[in-house]
Amino acid sequence: MSKLIVSLSPHQFGSNSVKKLMFGVLIALLPTLFVSVWYFGLGAITIIVTSVLSSVFFEYVFTRFLLKKPSTISDGSAILTGLLLAFNLPSNLPFWLVIIGAFFAIVVAKISFGGIGSNIFNPALAGRVFLLISWPVQMTSWPEPSPLSKHLLGYTDVTTGATPLGVLSEGLRSGESATKLISRVPDYLQLFMGNAGGSIGEVGAAAILIGLVYMLMKKIISWHIPVSILGTVAIFTGILWFANPDKFADPLFHLLSGGIMLGAVFMATDYVTSPMSKRGMLIYGVGIGLLTVVIRVWGAFPEGVSFAILIMNAFVPLINMYIKPKRFGKNKR
Amino acid sequence: MLKTFPKGGIHPPENKITADKETVTLPIPKKVIIPVSQHIGAPAKVIVKKNDKVKTGQMIAQSNGFVSACIHSSVSGTVFKVDNIPDAGGYKRLAVVINVEEDEWLDTIDRSEDIIKEINSDKNEILKKIHDAGVVGLGGATFPTHVKLLPPKSMKPEVLIINGAECEPYLTADYRLMLEKSEELLIGIKILMKALSVNKAVIGIENNKPDAINKLETLSGNYDNILIAALKTKYPQGGEKQLIKAVTGKEVPSGELPVKVGAVVQNVGTVFAVYEAVQKNKPLIDRIVTVTGKYLSNPGNFKVRIGTSVKELINTAGGLPENTGKIISGGPMMGRALITDNTGITKGTSGILILSEQESKRRSIKPCIRCAKCVEVCPMGLEPFFLMALSRKTLFEKTENEGIFDCIECGSCSYICPSDRPLLDFIRLSKKEVALIRKAKRIK
Repeated sequence: MSKLIVSLSPHQFGSNSVKKLMFGVLIALLPTLFVSVWYFGLGAITIIVTSVLSSVFFEYVFTRFLLKKPSTISDGSAILTGLLLAFNLPSNLPFWLVIIGAFFAIVVAKISFGGIGSNIFNPALAGRVFLLISWPVQMTSWPEPSPLSKHLLGYTDVTTGATPLGVLSEGLRSGESATKLISRVPDYLQLFMGNAGGSIGEVGAAAILIGLVYMLMKKIISWHIPVSILGTVAIFTGILWFANPDKFADPLFHLLSGGIMLGAVFMATDYVTSPMSKRGMLIYGVGIGLLTVVIRVWGAFPEGVSFAILIMNAFVPLINMYIKPKRFGKNKR
Repeated sequence: MLKTFPKGGIHPPENKITADKETVTLPIPKKVIIPVSQHIGAPAKVIVKKNDKVKTGQMIAQSNGFVSACIHSSVSGTVFKVDNIPDAGGYKRLAVVINVEEDEWLDTIDRSEDIIKEINSDKNEILKKIHDAGVVGLGGATFPTHVKLLPPKSMKPEVLIINGAECEPYLTADYRLMLEKSEELLIGIKILMKALSVNKAVIGIENNKPDAINKLETLSGNYDNILIAALKTKYPQGGEKQLIKAVTGKEVPSGELPVKVGAVVQNVGTVFAVYEAVQKNKPLIDRIVTVTGKYLSNPGNFKVRIGTSVKELINTAGGLPENTGKIISGGPMMGRALITDNTGITKGTSGILILSEQESKRRSIKPCIRCAKCVEVCPMGLEPFFLMALSRKTLFEKTENEGIFDCIECGSCSYICPSDRPLLDFIRLSKKEVALIRKAKRIK
């Protein structure tokens, strides 16, 4: 008999791994990937491929040669960041801007904080917001969606239009009524399926919800963050709409348009940048919901999910410090 | 609705390979090594010396203090030596080594198979018999049973909970006992109810043991006030506090004894030992041990005399497989890895688990991705990732406020971690350090 191995308990471990979790999220993103290619054709493919490849490239080069650590690209997190960044960009964005976005996401927002697990802000969103602030024109030009036919081969030379939220925001400013404006954008079924202008992956609530169900079933995420965000948006916009349907859009419109679905399901649920306790997750989600509506309704930008999530990211350490899980056998009256 | 504890928990593969294996009595060994400290509390005081003749069941070490337990010879023969002998963990501990000759039992012990239903002993007699028989908690904690039956005067026990959860993967000793000795268990429960003056007992059994639930449910009809609670199969369902919460809905306050909420928990193995002690005058000299592992050729449940060597037991189960990496005393979640198989079975050995080299290896540690799974599975509502982070930074004192002493060391956090981080290792480290700090403060 060779020597026995001795270690502390437990002696048995689960089969979970970072890689499995990351690829689980990637699988959950497949329906959304399908919808984005369906509606935005070559543009979507170009941006997704550029973003994923450059994210993985930056992750590899900077981990190996700057941090001088073993490469982490095999865990799938860089692929995920790349894909999520792409999903947050318009389909006609010049590819060199995509590369800059990927650089900011991976190198500035992730690796400079110490790599996976150490970043404060969601890398993909940091990349997107950096691009939005630096190149506002390119970042707010939205190609018209069309089912995988007309401009399948179009990339930067496609017809553009406003997003539903853009139409609403513009129109309200010039004094039109919300009800009338909403009748001008694609109807709710179209919004639900994804036939609307917007970032590559934010259109198509249906596909995103399929991904949510998959992730909940596989226990990759819990319901707390998406439900608290979407619930807060629904309730808050519901109150406003109830008070004055002429000035405020109805909750369903808010839930189906813009990046709220993608944000609530895939961006805000990023492990590294969200709270650790269930109650903390609820507070974080409510915060994102409130901020999103405030920016959408009263802010300068038509859409505010990215900002809301990044702002709440900054509060996560504070939330973790003060919001603890309910301890067994404590605070019991 | 199945009962369970509300927060946390995991579902490791059950691997109850030996569930259908009837208990087999192991032949009496040639030599036994019986340590005098097989329980929590003060080691017993040896009352035999070299070359003394002892009979099976004869006391060889006397309990030494309130929290302590008597030790008996599990065989008849001659005391070979009383010496410090390395135990399973490698620490030298006082033990009595006996060379076996024949199998001559003390006359006072009733060795018949007859089931004695009538309980003639009164409360004090029961307690004395349990004490004299050296009965300790056989679930693994080995806390002296008579102490647990004498709760502080200010707290009144209301319900006796019998732990038949056996939530550890692989282990089936309790399950076999529930099937094979059901009647004796119910009598044992009656004895304990009398000793505690409670008029309600609940046996908690995970629902992956339906025949044990059915059998005890049918038989318990003949006994008043003994109920069966089917529990959800979830680890650590058999943790004392989790079991109380599942059965009664009450939470034992942090740092308090279970009896604070009126509950006293005893393991089914302990109940059987109590039955034998009170009805048969038989001290605790043997127990059922599950010997198991995926690569063992003949895994099973064995009735073993205390002090039998682990090696002998493994040989009966088909011998140590070639690819052995670890020998574990207990289950895979909370058991202890042995440094040698040349050590004796003690009162607390519920199982011997053999893992292959492949199964024994830990995966490399990756960075924490803050997925919060450890927080989700912690049945005590702690934050293992945070405790580990504080412990790594040697901020041990801070872990005290983060509830580190509430940790029951179930290992769910280390089990679930996708980054394979040794959470429980660092929690244990900090616990030890905080205990030292507390001690140092007291001395000052």
